[in-house]
Amino acid sequence: MIDSNVIKKDFPVLSRKFHGKEIIYLDSAATSQKPRSVIEAMSNYYENYNSNVHRGIYQLSEESTDIYEKTRENVASFVSCSARETVYVRNTTEALNLLAYSLGHRLRRGDRILLTEMEHHSNIIPWQFLKSKGVELDYVKMDADFNLDMEDYSEKLKKNPKIVSVTQCSNVLGTINPVKEMGSLAHERGSVFIVDGAQSVPHMPVSFRDLDCDFIAFSGHKMLGPMGIGCLVGKLEELKTMHPFLGGGDMIREVSYEGATWNDVPYKFEAGTPNVAGSVGLSAAVDYLRNIGMDSVMDHERLLIRETLKLAPEIEGLVSFGPSDPEKRGGVFSFNIGSMPAFRIERELEAGNMVVSGSVHPHDVAASLDQQSIAIRSGHHCAMPLMGRMDVAATSRASYYVYNSIEDVKNLFIALSDVKRLFAR
Amino acid sequence: MSEQDINAEIILDHYRNPHNYGKIANATGSVTEYNPVCGDTVHIDILEKDGKIEEIMFMGRGCSISQGSASMLTDFVKGKSPEEIMKVGDEEYLHMLGLELGPAREKCALLPLNAMHKALQERIRK
Ligand SMILES: Cc1ncc(COP(=O)(O)O)c(C=O)c1O
Repeated sequence: MIDSNVIKKDFPVLSRKFHGKEIIYLDSAATSQKPRSVIEAMSNYYENYNSNVHRGIYQLSEESTDIYEKTRENVASFVSCSARETVYVRNTTEALNLLAYSLGHRLRRGDRILLTEMEHHSNIIPWQFLKSKGVELDYVKMDADFNLDMEDYSEKLKKNPKIVSVTQCSNVLGTINPVKEMGSLAHERGSVFIVDGAQSVPHMPVSFRDLDCDFIAFSGHKMLGPMGIGCLVGKLEELKTMHPFLGGGDMIREVSYEGATWNDVPYKFEAGTPNVAGSVGLSAAVDYLRNIGMDSVMDHERLLIRETLKLAPEIEGLVSFGPSDPEKRGGVFSFNIGSMPAFRIERELEAGNMVVSGSVHPHDVAASLDQQSIAIRSGHHCAMPLMGRMDVAATSRASYYVYNSIEDVKNLFIALSDVKRLFAR
Repeated sequence: MSEQDINAEIILDHYRNPHNYGKIANATGSVTEYNPVCGDTVHIDILEKDGKIEEIMFMGRGCSISQGSASMLTDFVKGKSPEEIMKVGDEEYLHMLGLELGPAREKCALLPLNAMHKALQERIRK
């Protein structure tokens, strides 16, 4: 069992007060807070080891290189893959762009890519870039309980997509998708299978070996690490044959005015001076999480989500978006107070809606919770197509992590009952 | 109560009980303006007569700031000439609302003014 009130003390930002109250931070799906050990590891690197890697012949640079490569081993072991399979990138977005660019090289007109209706923009836009090559995109539908429709998945796999890319956990719905099973089905069809791990790697045990996937992408800043570092993990055979993404220093073996040959994996994909301090921070974050245990992290968030789903019906008119079964979801809770469909004048006139609606807009929900020092998100959560699919203009979202307690959840709902009173009309 | 708080109450009151909510059947101009970030939407109908805004109605959905601001705007522009309204800049308008808003919420507050300007521009083009 996690004692989140003890854990909270490791996070300096969480002692800040707003409007006279200590912050209740419920926006970890956007970015997590960082424990002191991560912050200190990074300043220790800058104070004692800073120098460029893979270049210097002097001891300081050798130490820096050694540190950088040790962080890679540590992060790789956290998700059960080898260091050579671990490419450092800035974040999930960059990892997915790398994949779309490099794998896109192999694609031809008429080739298909299969995504799902619940993807983050970063797992949609890079693939949409390939439409100019004549590549076609499909999206797996979700069912009424916000889970992927596996029949639709099987049906769409029959079109033999070259690539299937799926989020393991939705940043809007919290839905945990059965990516292991989905990967096996994709491989039966010869598709490359990619997992967006941005919301799963930070919150549950994830093993690259165990999942039947070719690539998994995640961001350090969502898992207690710093901003600006993330990973693309990929099968060695795939990484070796892929076209590089960014060109420049470090990623080459030999260069002439006419051309170049590429460095070994993973360096082939790490052009330019890397974020060494970031890797140090990420490695410290991984140590912190490992010390708690990812099973405990997941269990703790499930506890909070169970409490959330128990309290939600007490708020009159609250509509929530996500699987009804807490065992099928991560610590993400999207909701609205009243219905919040996108406004279209024709539709309003047709329905004769000549009065204002009684719902409370997510902006007002977030702004009013802020007055209670509770930080939640409101908006489209970088998932505009999903908002359209659910026929909402926006939602509010609370998301949990190891430093959140049951009291935080209770306080959220106490504050929400006030919102309703303030903005009801 | 500070002046801030009073202004916040005023806009909240407009949000709860909007003025000039609805459609104008014989509008001389209408426009829908939308903020993709939060989905705030304002639809404005205007009826111009003798170089003045004789009537204005709005419909929409969004946060208290965007919808309250829309209601206040309809009161503000009624009887004014299009030239006068076009001259009202963002800063002047925000000052008039008198709220302390962050950059994201400023966009909400300005949405109705942008819609109004667009409606007038479109009519000039016609
Ligand atoms: C599911 C999912 N994928 C991708 C991303 C993009 O992550 P980043 O902004 O760190 O690149 C996010 C971040 O919100 C996410 O939730």
